[in-house]
Amino acid sequence: MLSRRNITFWSVLWALLATACWTDKRDPNVQYMPNMYAAVPYEPYAVNRYYSNDMAALAPVPGTVPRGYTPYSLPNTNQGYEESRNLESPVAATDQNLRRGKYLFGIHCAICHGDKGDGQGQLSRTGKIPGVPNYKDRDISLGTVYHVIMYGRNIMGSYASQLTDTERWQVAQYVMKLRSQK
Amino acid sequence: MIHQRGICAKRSIRLVSTLFACALLSVQGLHAQGGGDPTAGKKLFNANCASCHKLDRKLIGPPLRNIAQQRSLAWLHKWIRNNAALRDSGDRDALAIFEEYKGQIMTAFPQLSDQQIDDILAYTSQPAAQPKAVTAASAAPTSGTAASNTGISTKAFNLILLAIIALLLVIIILMTRVLKMVYEMKYEDRLRELERQKAAKKRLSFVEFFEKYTPGFVFFGLLLFGVAMYGAWVYLTAIDVNTGYEPIQPIAFSHRIHAGENKINCLYCHSSARHSKTAGIPSVNVCMNCHRYIAEGAETGTREIAKIYKAIGWDPEQQAYIPNYKTRPIKWVKVHNLPDFVYFNHAQHVVMGQIACQTCHGPVETMDTVYQYSKLTMGWCINCHRLTDVQMKDNPYYEKIHEQLAAKYGVKKVTEAMMGGLECGRCHY
Repeated sequence: MLSRRNITFWSVLWALLATACWTDKRDPNVQYMPNMYAAVPYEPYAVNRYYSNDMAALAPVPGTVPRGYTPYSLPNTNQGYEESRNLESPVAATDQNLRRGKYLFGIHCAICHGDKGDGQGQLSRTGKIPGVPNYKDRDISLGTVYHVIMYGRNIMGSYASQLTDTERWQVAQYVMKLRSQK
Repeated sequence: MIHQRGICAKRSIRLVSTLFACALLSVQGLHAQGGGDPTAGKKLFNANCASCHKLDRKLIGPPLRNIAQQRSLAWLHKWIRNNAALRDSGDRDALAIFEEYKGQIMTAFPQLSDQQIDDILAYTSQPAAQPKAVTAASAAPTSGTAASNTGISTKAFNLILLAIIALLLVIIILMTRVLKMVYEMKYEDRLRELERQKAAKKRLSFVEFFEKYTPGFVFFGLLLFGVAMYGAWVYLTAIDVNTGYEPIQPIAFSHRIHAGENKINCLYCHSSARHSKTAGIPSVNVCMNCHRYIAEGAETGTREIAKIYKAIGWDPEQQAYIPNYKTRPIKWVKVHNLPDFVYFNHAQHVVMGQIACQTCHGPVETMDTVYQYSKLTMGWCINCHRLTDVQMKDNPYYEKIHEQLAAKYGVKKVTEAMMGGLECGRCHY
């Protein structure tokens, strides 16, 4: 039964079938016509070896700002912090803005500062990031909250890359609302 | 009179209790310069100081272990209460430390009582838990090296196993050859007889054979054809379907720990999903929001977190960014890939659609390494557009169109398909 020709036939068949299977999940599956799948322009986060940083993503040229960007003039210094104390929000404290502020606060701030702003967020309660203060124990104003979201302060980092200018004001308004609540 | 007596009683009780506490403390022999309680101090330290000070390591401010031995008690009290006032009074030590930390202002703590400050100082005066720290530190790197060792040894082990199998195969082939020779030599006569009998039998030609077994041929032929067609169908429909794709990432980042145990919102790191087509890989400054403080992971120690520091150029010893450092991007491997001929927008689904991330990405909060959960085929997209009711509540974007469509179709709930979500041009353009 198993003549040499038979053996060749079956092994070639099984080898062909085996290549059709996708066993190594560390690598992607086969594609039919890859040039139909891959984009010609650079995808976000793609490698671009023509740029000095090897990334398709570039930071704005020094001295320029992206579209829709609102510059913030106060510097990240102690003096800047003090000057920010009397800043007024360009965003009105409407119900809608406060709702938006609450939503964003829940995503970005509550993890440490707690839903009520009492410093009892998940990470501070479990002791992973201790020492988060209650808003009520600190002498803060709407402007300083905005300033701190913009630049960060002490162990807190800057959230300027995650929140837009308007969103920062909305969150700052919600923080002041939490602080005034009993 | 009664009132005064009450106060007297209270006083005497307080006196007795303080005396008792002092006696207790002296018996325990703690470093209680001001008679502080280290247990209460620990609580206060973690609530007020720990965000900027660690005991044995520089953070925002200096390490505070044994600070009470380095500075006078009165000075520390003044500094903690209101360091700005102390600096303004021209205190040389206060100005020196202010200069050393580049004008970093410490928050004033006027709300802390003398007793509470003493408690905190008592806590900082406690000796470090040396043996425990050493075992923890030594355990982390050994487990790390063990993991990498097993990685190498499994490779070597596989090679050795292959070699052994190959050797065994060679031996088996040789043995059969030898056995065959022996067998032929022993039964030469009988084998020749069998050959003769076989030759005497009439051999069927292929046509005769086919005629004799036609129904069988047809049956097996059809079966084989069916199986082959099914195989081809399965193979072709699986092209570029990457369900279960789980690439190795440059950093052993665990979504289980971050999103599962620590309950960090998906959108905290993937904030672009609110604004953009792409969900976004967080830039390293987002990692540093927490990992500036957390330098050691629960499972991988400092090994994986050090990769973040290397990417952005953070010096954990100095607690500062290295000046003029050439940052190195972390080359994450994208798991969920859509072909270029289809348009998908995260913001549209996350903000307007209010769809939970897990609907498409599966239980990411339980995954150590992320794998592709859904098929991401067109059929899968369409199915969801047909079946899922659009989230209309608290969604002003849909208010008007909802009323019109519900009236048009005479239904209460509207699906994406009813709003034109099945049109080709919606996604392919």
